[in-house]
Amino acid sequence: MNKPAPVTDWVHDFDHTDPRWTENPFPIWDELRAECPVVHTERFLGVYMPTTYEAVKQIAYDTEHFSSRRVIVRTVRPEITQSAPPITSDPPEHKPAKQLLLPPFTPDAMKKLEPRVREICNELIDEFINDSKVDAAARYTKHIPVRAIAHMLGIPEKDSELFIKWIHEILELGITDDDALVRGVNEMSHYFAGHIEQRKKNPTNDLISTLMNARDKNGQPLSDMHVLGSLRLLLIAGIDTTWSAIGASLWHLAKTPADCERLLAEPALIPTAVEEFLRAYSPVTMAREVMKETTISGCPIKPGNMVLLSFPAANRDPAMFPDADKVIIDRKENRHAAFGLGIHRCVGSNLARMEMTVALEEWLKRIPDFRLDPAGEVTWSEGTVRGPRQLPLLLSKPH
Amino acid sequence: MSGKLRIHVDQDKCQGHSRCKALAPELFDLDEFGNAHEAGDGIVPPGLEDKAYLAKSNCPELAIDITED
Repeated sequence: MNKPAPVTDWVHDFDHTDPRWTENPFPIWDELRAECPVVHTERFLGVYMPTTYEAVKQIAYDTEHFSSRRVIVRTVRPEITQSAPPITSDPPEHKPAKQLLLPPFTPDAMKKLEPRVREICNELIDEFINDSKVDAAARYTKHIPVRAIAHMLGIPEKDSELFIKWIHEILELGITDDDALVRGVNEMSHYFAGHIEQRKKNPTNDLISTLMNARDKNGQPLSDMHVLGSLRLLLIAGIDTTWSAIGASLWHLAKTPADCERLLAEPALIPTAVEEFLRAYSPVTMAREVMKETTISGCPIKPGNMVLLSFPAANRDPAMFPDADKVIIDRKENRHAAFGLGIHRCVGSNLARMEMTVALEEWLKRIPDFRLDPAGEVTWSEGTVRGPRQLPLLLSKPH
Repeated sequence: MSGKLRIHVDQDKCQGHSRCKALAPELFDLDEFGNAHEAGDGIVPPGLEDKAYLAKSNCPELAIDITED
């Protein structure tokens, strides 16, 4: 496929996969927001993007005009064959599908998982603590969420590299390459189908069995298709999202010594700082499909288009957040939308928050002195999930 | 003398972000789905007023009301 033409007019022709957007989207969003609460591009078969917190919120709450049946903006829009409930569900199917997944992800459930996540962090740190430099994205942040979700699902943590490959095919390559997406989805489905079959013979007490044992409102077990779809969702949504969030937080601390010193002196502030990192560097941009004509913040919205539901851009809206462009690690009032707004609030938000907090706590305990490696390059993932994929750091030995 | 504060979580708005429980654990309970409810009758014990307002100002869904009795 030909490379798209470079963007020269962001307001009327934006492209969220343009390298400049991937590298530093914040000034672009500010430009778009100053122009209009909702902008449009003909690229990707037609896409709107709300640029203000208010417009993002209106769309997130409006399940009548905006469907979740497609949640990724791509260059193709093939027939929908594989769903991932509840993220791809609309009312009324959404609520029962979501309620099945909520109990395993409550804050109390996360407290039980926390000791394992702390061990995972320390096992990873052990592998490079004696080095003078490390790519923290490749050797630390990448592995924490994937091992934690594997632990919850009851699948081998050692299969992590496989999961990361599928997710790259689905979320990044899949934007322009349908074969890569189909390959990733099929391999993942095949993998989980095997685990489902095993559990039919030998039940376990992990999340896969929980889903298999769940009953719908008529008392019937879920279809294998539904179980498979939800498992795909948990794996896809649970990995590079939090990988990105932990990575962006470490990146910020590596380049902002004052914030790092403050968190070393006041570790109790870390959960508050995590909220601010989530606001300022929100990794996830979901999508919606316009089903019916409507108006958002005075802008006409027409069916046939997708919507790039940019929670990250909403979180940078100065009308909602004073000093929106500054990272204030003790920000008191922080109604950020990093995990979405409305019925599709991220099921894994408590997991993500716990992982981020633990990952920063353990890192700072053992590696208090670190900075960006000027000889290295920080690179960011593009598209639906944005975060550091290369994060070269210099480490000083604790004295 | 000012009256007591009373909090209420609107169940139609709460989406289970659980920010309130993290910031003011004494004032909120979570159900099995992680959705928040005001603890007991919702009356804020003396000394916890700031926490009540902190929870309210961090609810992304604007689901928390605080009234003065």
